[in-house]
Amino acid sequence: MPLNAPSRQDRHEATRERVFSVLATVPDPEIPVLSVLDLGVIRHVVIADDGGVEVGVAPTYSGCPATPVIKADIIRALGDAGWTATATDVLSPPWSSDWLTDEGRQKLLDYGIAPPARAVASPRALWQPEADIACPRCRSLATERLSEFGSTPCKALYRCTACLEPFDYFKCL
Amino acid sequence: MTPHCQYVLRLADTNLVLAQRLGEWVGHAPALEEDLGLANVSLDLLGQARFLLSHAGELEGRGRDEDALAYLREESEFLNLTLVEQPNGDFGCTIARQFLFDAWQLALYEALESSTDAKLAAIAAKGVRETRYHLRYSSGWLTRLGDGTPESHARAADALARLWPFTGELFAADDVDRTAAAAGIGPSPDTLKAGWNATVDAVLAEATLARPPESNFGWLGKQGRHSEHLGFLLAEMQSLHRAHPGAAW
Repeated sequence: MPLNAPSRQDRHEATRERVFSVLATVPDPEIPVLSVLDLGVIRHVVIADDGGVEVGVAPTYSGCPATPVIKADIIRALGDAGWTATATDVLSPPWSSDWLTDEGRQKLLDYGIAPPARAVASPRALWQPEADIACPRCRSLATERLSEFGSTPCKALYRCTACLEPFDYFKCL
Repeated sequence: MTPHCQYVLRLADTNLVLAQRLGEWVGHAPALEEDLGLANVSLDLLGQARFLLSHAGELEGRGRDEDALAYLREESEFLNLTLVEQPNGDFGCTIARQFLFDAWQLALYEALESSTDAKLAAIAAKGVRETRYHLRYSSGWLTRLGDGTPESHARAADALARLWPFTGELFAADDVDRTAAAAGIGPSPDTLKAGWNATVDAVLAEATLARPPESNFGWLGKQGRHSEHLGFLLAEMQSLHRAHPGAAW
């Protein structure tokens, strides 16, 4: 083997990078401004010696209809790039909205969805007061919750009492 | 079927049947927000049910998947709690049933997070975060109805009185529960009572609703002996799958 040939390890590393660059193009079907990487649902990528790729996906909510679509989209996108891919559910540890990337949070805000309040680390406190949620349009903190449940499992419906616009809030989980 | 499998199937069926009940509200709820709210709770419960059914199928080892278990079993093979198959009634009745259930499921999932069954522990650790939202929703509405108008108070009180006798089954242990508890798979049901009591008493006080008297009525839905309501629910839920065997989207 020539000295400058890439080692098996290096080749794996290069493959991983290419897989991740493909995953960065796979959108969340319900909030298409986010990629699956922004959403924090990709838990592992395993590259087999035969070139097969296994992607571990954490469901956001147990019943979220987007999860099977996300898995199918990942398999299709990696397939288009020449890989034989599989996607498996990773239930543990449970997905948390804390796993949204900073870039993902900014994209949500730009899209008109208030990103989740930080530090869900203690979701045990059931009756704790809600954190102040800033209106994604005018940034006012004078907002109120209209409904705990919104158009998708991960969102609640809020209203800004300053600019009077309703908006979606990406819930803490 | 082993007690372990039966234990998981009870949890799966309880979630599945309640999800189906809540789904009956879609398009009929008092306001669009509540239509979405009840549908979202239903969806979470259905998602958890799918994980639990698949797990039960694996434990059974006879090749039955989630669909076979959901659509191709008879009424007496369903092992859900009798509470969740009770009809929706009015919005107050649905909220009362949901509240009594959510308070129980929260205590249950918190205990199951340390189950010796790693898969069950993972499903519970995921579900518990969702259940907290459900409980907040049902508690909020029960408080508003109880502490609302004389009409809403009377309806909420009536719903609680009618549903209360079904809560005994939540905490009554049988051989399956005892075997599961001994193996560390699930908590002994009676150990969930204190947490449930604390939640229920706090919310009822806020809602100005009196706690109904204890009932010695013993329901056995989790052993497959149901009230008259489950058969109708299953007929509707299973008809499409049975009319078109093997159909796929």
